[in-house]
Amino acid sequence: MSKRIDVKDLNVYYSKFLAVEDVNVTIEARSVTAFIGPSGCGKSTFLRTLNRMHEVIPGARVEGEVLLDGDDLYDDGVDPVHVRSQIGMVFQRPNPFPTMSIRDNVLAGVKLNSKRISKSDADALVEKSLRGANLWNEVKDRLARPGSGLSGGQQQRLCIARAIAVSPEVILMDEPCSALDPISTLAIEDLINELKNDYTVAIVTHNMQQAARVSDKTAFFNIAATGKPGKLIEFGPTTDIFNNPKEKSTEDYVSGRFG
Amino acid sequence: MSTKTVSTNALRNAGSSGQSGDKIFSTASLLAGCLILAVLFSVAIFLLGQALPTFAADPADISGGNGFFSYIWPIVIGTVIAATIALILATPVGIGVALFISHYAPRRLAQGFGYLIDLLAAIPSVVYGAWGYAVLAPQLALAYNWLATNLGWIPIFEGPASNTGRTMLTAGIVLAVMVLPIITSLSREIFLQTPKLHEEASLALGATRWEMIKMSVLPFARPGIISAAMLGLGRALGETMAVALVLSGGALTASLIQTGNQTIAAEIALNFPEAFGLRLSELIAAGLVLFVITLAVNVIARWIISRHKEFSGAN
Repeated sequence: MSKRIDVKDLNVYYSKFLAVEDVNVTIEARSVTAFIGPSGCGKSTFLRTLNRMHEVIPGARVEGEVLLDGDDLYDDGVDPVHVRSQIGMVFQRPNPFPTMSIRDNVLAGVKLNSKRISKSDADALVEKSLRGANLWNEVKDRLARPGSGLSGGQQQRLCIARAIAVSPEVILMDEPCSALDPISTLAIEDLINELKNDYTVAIVTHNMQQAARVSDKTAFFNIAATGKPGKLIEFGPTTDIFNNPKEKSTEDYVSGRFG
Repeated sequence: MSTKTVSTNALRNAGSSGQSGDKIFSTASLLAGCLILAVLFSVAIFLLGQALPTFAADPADISGGNGFFSYIWPIVIGTVIAATIALILATPVGIGVALFISHYAPRRLAQGFGYLIDLLAAIPSVVYGAWGYAVLAPQLALAYNWLATNLGWIPIFEGPASNTGRTMLTAGIVLAVMVLPIITSLSREIFLQTPKLHEEASLALGATRWEMIKMSVLPFARPGIISAAMLGLGRALGETMAVALVLSGGALTASLIQTGNQTIAAEIALNFPEAFGLRLSELIAAGLVLFVITLAVNVIARWIISRHKEFSGAN
């Protein structure tokens, strides 16, 4: 239930504009890989190319390869819909479906493609997913209530439950804690630590302490100037990036001298 | 706390310059709100006052000779039928066109298409009526003959079909074309307002575009679609000129393809010029009934929308 991702010579364009240049990264299965860097350096853009969510924006395209256990996501005839069902995503702001109950939110992805699921299977899956997202005890008595009535942190864990309910190979997280308070953030970080037992996790974060706390490997992105493409500066084990960086700009960033 | 120190509080009299603007604006908006109420109220009073003689009159003096109720109910039913046909035809088409513009068409095409739809709303109703009378009705007469022979066993398609095609169904279709732009442009605006966040939520789960629309766009837009349909219904209920021109009215019949049936608005328009005395009062009473129907429709729509408030995402 988890696959690795190899990114080879990836360039990301918005129409003519080169947004991210020449990224080579390996995201290991059953590990947490963090992407850090200053605002606008292209780390979110890069993350979204890993499940083809960047294609939502007109004109966005890539060159290069993204291999999921050796299979290129961008091969001709690969349906982005299929890619996204294998590589789930959690967004910056919690986005449960407001018109659905907590239960229906968890089952939303499972019911896609007109898949049928018996009520007992559905109940079991809802419990398993919500337990997996450390949310079960808080919501088990109000599964029929709207998901939008939960707190921000609970909503975000509901979104994680929704993502893991479809048993993806990889979970991408785009600054999942940036809209949350410190206690909710801690809950999500604990959860990320548990998720890596079963899933491959890639997380974009603005918070360097968070990257240091949750990730096994870290990629540092930077941008030379506004209008220039973002680049991967350094990639390695998280302890090396934070304690013993090879590049000067990495050291400046992780020690808080800029960004 | 309660001791009155003579205005030593520096915060008290400061910053009054912004307050006058605020006051003017709040008064203006209050007045605007009251004006609407006043207009509505005076329309209601006018209708009630002028209609009163009808209710007081001897039933034998009312048109038809059997009292106001037996005069009004066939045209109430006719009005509801015409508006229902219009809504049943226009709502799905309107939603479809709006979705095409908002989520399927390439951006440049979508814009042109949007303008075109808005243009439909700018055509005066008398033009629609003339078109329905002169172009649509003769065309449909052939179809009605076919319906009468082949589906005549269904009461609404019972023959003999009208040879001119000026029937309830034709009027309903013309009304549908007239309310289509209202439903389309309102739905389109609402579809476009669907939060990107929710669209991406369903896409990231592996939804196709249609599944994304079902999961994110339509639930978000549901109250808006109902409002749009109700606005369309309001126009269809009150539409006068087009129905008066298209429909060759008469007594209430179940068949939609025979000559017959009438709507309140068309009844008033056709008879108003020669009406006086009790007949005038009768027509105004009919107007009062239409007023009440429209009000009831809007109340029901509000109720439908508010039933799901908890799940609307507004909280």
